Amino acid sequence: MSIISTKNVDFYYGDFHALKGISMEIEPNTVTAFIGPSGCGKSTFLRLMNRMNDLIDHTRMTGEILIEGQNIYDKTVRVDELRTKVGMVFQKPNPFPKSIYENVAYGLRVNGIKDKDLITHTVEESLRNAALWNEVKDKLKKSAFELSGGQQQRLCIARALAIKPRILLMDEPASALDPLSTSKIEDLIFTLKNDYTIVIVTHNMQQAARVSDKTAFFYLGELVEFDDTQQIFLKPKIEATQNYITGRFG
Amino acid sequence: MKNLKQQKQAAVFWILRIMTWLVVGILFWILGFLLVKGMGVLSWEFITTAPKNEMTSGGIFPAIVGTLCLVTGSMLVAFPIGVMSGIYLNEYARNGWTVRFIRIMTNNLSSIPSIVFGLFGMALFVNTLGFGDSILAGSLTLGLLVLPIVIRTTEESLKAIPDTFRNGSRALGASQLQTIYKVVLPIAFPNIMTGLILSIGRVSGETAPILFTVAAYFLPKLPTSIFDQVMALPYHLYVLATSGTDLEAARPMAYGTALVLILIVLLMNIIAGIIRSLTSKDYVK
Repeated sequence: MSIISTKNVDFYYGDFHALKGISMEIEPNTVTAFIGPSGCGKSTFLRLMNRMNDLIDHTRMTGEILIEGQNIYDKTVRVDELRTKVGMVFQKPNPFPKSIYENVAYGLRVNGIKDKDLITHTVEESLRNAALWNEVKDKLKKSAFELSGGQQQRLCIARALAIKPRILLMDEPASALDPLSTSKIEDLIFTLKNDYTIVIVTHNMQQAARVSDKTAFFYLGELVEFDDTQQIFLKPKIEATQNYITGRFG
Repeated sequence: MKNLKQQKQAAVFWILRIMTWLVVGILFWILGFLLVKGMGVLSWEFITTAPKNEMTSGGIFPAIVGTLCLVTGSMLVAFPIGVMSGIYLNEYARNGWTVRFIRIMTNNLSSIPSIVFGLFGMALFVNTLGFGDSILAGSLTLGLLVLPIVIRTTEESLKAIPDTFRNGSRALGASQLQTIYKVVLPIAFPNIMTGLILSIGRVSGETAPILFTVAAYFLPKLPTSIFDQVMALPYHLYVLATSGTDLEAARPMAYGTALVLILIVLLMNIIAGIIRSLTSKDYVK
């Protein structure tokens, strides 16, 4: 049973046809990597899953995206609620100009949770799950900007985990980080898979091969090939995929 | 060749340096001039008593109180309206012709001469709405005058905040309103304060808008309600310099008044600056 299921998704920025008939099934507790050259639509497709594209003017979508069986573009869906179920980590670490503690507590507070003990407990738990607790437990009241870029990104992951999503969308989460921080994030993705379904957009082929179970190759707004990561990287069925992963274009 | 290049560079930098110091020099000249001329009359009595003897002696206390009333009143008018409009324009309104129209209109508003505001204030607030010459009418007029400054600085300070903060908040299930008051406004606050500082400076020094709406030529008693007239420092300065019975005798008083006016503006700037630095967040763009 898929947790995410898309049917014939088309998406337009104004007149620009950015996604063409994308259908895809994503299984729970898996890591799915989206790869493809810049502008191929992979980030756009990712942002459709928590309706972040709603925030951009002059866009239009057709088709269906079901999450846990529910069409998230149905009129009865409350978008804020959807986003607590489908969390997101962005390309550049974007902690708020608040303390480390408040950054993680933010999602709880805006969703109406006031119980102090519960918040404190969840903050610690989320920081532990994001493998950041040991580095920050003595300076929770300090500004999040005192952390390094890699720590900030793990803080953003903790922030997303705090509201207990089912799915975690990651938009090139390591592209702004150094190799050491990147490998920490990758290790983290590996453990988070036990509790979450992860979809990650990446420009880094090795990263896709290392962390994901399934890989989807996008090109010019189309889903060219979607298969087990092993299959995609060892024996792609389509020539364009082969060309892209071997670096012949992109 | 290289030598010529360096000489040119040195010459240009010297010109830039001289120009900059020229500006600073003129500023200090003005301040020094006022200090020398005005220091003599500056005393405890000067800032705590009313004018006496056809305004050639005594103090300027009622004018100080009046100016403080007008600054406070006009900020109470301009600040909520201006900040709310700025938020609407930058955060909510879609970038269509309406927003462009509003923006052009607020810019036009800021280029209207202040005497026209005075006239308008007299027609609307003093006469039509029947507030009379009063703190209320004066504050509303001054408030309208600085509204464009407040709107524009609010808009600019919101525009400077990267969308990554807004998206981060929305992605956690926060509503647009929650995002604005929990993330966007705290970051923008120090810069919005700059708008406040600029408006206070402008309001304390304006003479024309208060001429027909609130300012009293001579009124030694202090206001008891917002429907009272008051004296105000800039107008008092104008009176002392042009229309007293003994202009020569009143001259030191005029310089003293100018000095107090500048000191008050300076003091408010410092206070606003302290609030600004206390609330400013260290965020990386």
